[in-house]
Amino acid sequence: MNASVPAIAIRDLEFRWPATRGCDGFSLKLPSLAVNPENSLFLHGPSGSGKSTLLNLVGGVLTPHSGCIELLGQAFSALPAARRDAFRADHIGFIFQQFNLIPYLSVLDNVVLPCRFSARRAAQAADARAAATTLLAHLDIAPDLHARPAHALSVGQQQRVAAARALIGKPEILIADEPTSALDAPRQAAFVDLLLAEARANGSALIFVSHDLRLAAHFDAVLELSA
Amino acid sequence: MRRWRFLLPLAAASAWNRRATLGLTLIAIILASTLLLAVERLRHDTRASFAQSVSGADLIVGARSSPLQLVLYSVFRLGEASNNIRWASYRKIADNPAIAWTIPLSLGDSHRGYPVLGTSADYFRHFRYGFKTPLAFSVGRPFADGREGVFEAVLGADVARKLGYRNGEQIILSHGSGALTGQDHADKPFSVVGILSPTGTPVDRTVHVSLAAIEAIHLDWQGGLPLPGLAVAADQAIEYDLTPRDITAFLVGLHQRTTVFGIQRQIAGFKDEPLQAVLPGVVLDQLWQSLAFGEKLLRGLSWLILSLGLAGLLAVMLAGLGERRRELAILRALGAGLPHIATLLVLESLLLGVLGALGGLLLLTVVSTLAGPWLAENWGIVLQSLLPGSDEWLLLAAIIATCLLAGVLPAWRASRLALADGLTPRL
Repeated sequence: MNASVPAIAIRDLEFRWPATRGCDGFSLKLPSLAVNPENSLFLHGPSGSGKSTLLNLVGGVLTPHSGCIELLGQAFSALPAARRDAFRADHIGFIFQQFNLIPYLSVLDNVVLPCRFSARRAAQAADARAAATTLLAHLDIAPDLHARPAHALSVGQQQRVAAARALIGKPEILIADEPTSALDAPRQAAFVDLLLAEARANGSALIFVSHDLRLAAHFDAVLELSA
Repeated sequence: MRRWRFLLPLAAASAWNRRATLGLTLIAIILASTLLLAVERLRHDTRASFAQSVSGADLIVGARSSPLQLVLYSVFRLGEASNNIRWASYRKIADNPAIAWTIPLSLGDSHRGYPVLGTSADYFRHFRYGFKTPLAFSVGRPFADGREGVFEAVLGADVARKLGYRNGEQIILSHGSGALTGQDHADKPFSVVGILSPTGTPVDRTVHVSLAAIEAIHLDWQGGLPLPGLAVAADQAIEYDLTPRDITAFLVGLHQRTTVFGIQRQIAGFKDEPLQAVLPGVVLDQLWQSLAFGEKLLRGLSWLILSLGLAGLLAVMLAGLGERRRELAILRALGAGLPHIATLLVLESLLLGVLGALGGLLLLTVVSTLAGPWLAENWGIVLQSLLPGSDEWLLLAAIIATCLLAGVLPAWRASRLALADGLTPRL
């Protein structure tokens, strides 16, 4: 990917939830956001500032009412839903706060799952199982856990497995939604460092959402979403 | 490029994870499928085994009563005995030049629960079953026509196999159904001279003797009881005139089938006693028609039971969606579109449909194997094959298709949920 093209570029974004959902109407406005390849952005804001909405917009499961989202130089939000789903499979890795893994699949099967959805990521990973094993080793998951069902792991282990899954097949964009909030403080910084190192090694742009400002120092840029 | 093939193992793994609840639903579907298949198989095989039991005869002639009673009793040994017809009447009709052959049938006695049929050697020459197949001997020969054959018997395949009889063995016939003790024709034992090959028809469960034999064992009987003080020994019996006085019915084969209605009319107008001649195929058709409503009812009920099973499946799948929202959101984040989510749900119901239908087939096979001999013994219904016929494959496909269709609702609901939830389920 050409380094001069931002991995994520958002301009004049506006999205409104209708007021019929039992609560007040809510709107997200974001005049500008850009993350270059291999760069990382720390995104924070109070509850209700629209972080989840923004992630759903960048993931392509929501579309903005106005403005545009460009991913890897493509007018992403203008694509039809099926193309956005395919784009997400090919180019974006997600890590959520918790419950990232399919509980009945083994650790290894969870990690290779993106390669099942995306031929592109399968091709980039070459041998999906070998790539998964390597990533799990980097993320400090012992080999004897690989065949275990995902639900047998501790929360910290599950988050690292989720990181391996987001990284497999080298997607250009990584989105982490409060991935450390279920971890205790000493492990949080370690996890962030590990994630940043792997993202850099992958050449991926990273958006890291958190309300814990202590972590902000690890990132290239910081952006606050206001309520 | 999108990939779809991995969805099947994923659906299977997910279903396996919920095997406790889905398993109960699967059992309901299996039982309903078994019932549906069993109704169909019984219907088909009943018809086939009845139709195959008299494939050569153009007419069955007997005393005037219900045509169905005549056919059921004379060919299938089912239902109540019809009245006898006089031997003289039989001879008169049999001499009609349009008639190629006749087989006289005389029923009433039994051997250890198996019916004894008095007939002539023409039985082995002219009787046809299945697709016009003649009878064949697996061992031995027909009973002899003259006096030397009076105490000879030919066994159907099942009789010999079940009772463990070999050629040359001595057997004793009982009067009537053999239900009463002391009603044996113990003074006149028969020797087995031949055993027929299996036919899959009532022939297999019949003991065949000559008409003269029936006459001989009843020489010293009257009105269903042995005459006191009048015992006729076997070697004396053959000295008597053993021409039968009457028979139960007879089968008629014509030179030309086109004459069948003419002959039928002639027999119906027979002066000496009231007789009827029936076309076995027509009578059986009437039987099936009269049973059609019951069959439809049974089939309708079976479908109703299947739909109950499917309602259970729907309930389980819809209730399960609540717990699966996280799972579906994870798949969405990994790039699954709504079509993927819907496919995953439909695959689950398809999987249960296939397992249910095949499980039903398996259970039916087990049940058929166990119940087959009983059905043949008591109802003359021979299950034709343990493998499904083309109708049953269609039925299996229909069951699977119905399950697939039932999955559409949870699939639609799941994609609605997935659309509303996006990547982060609101739980």
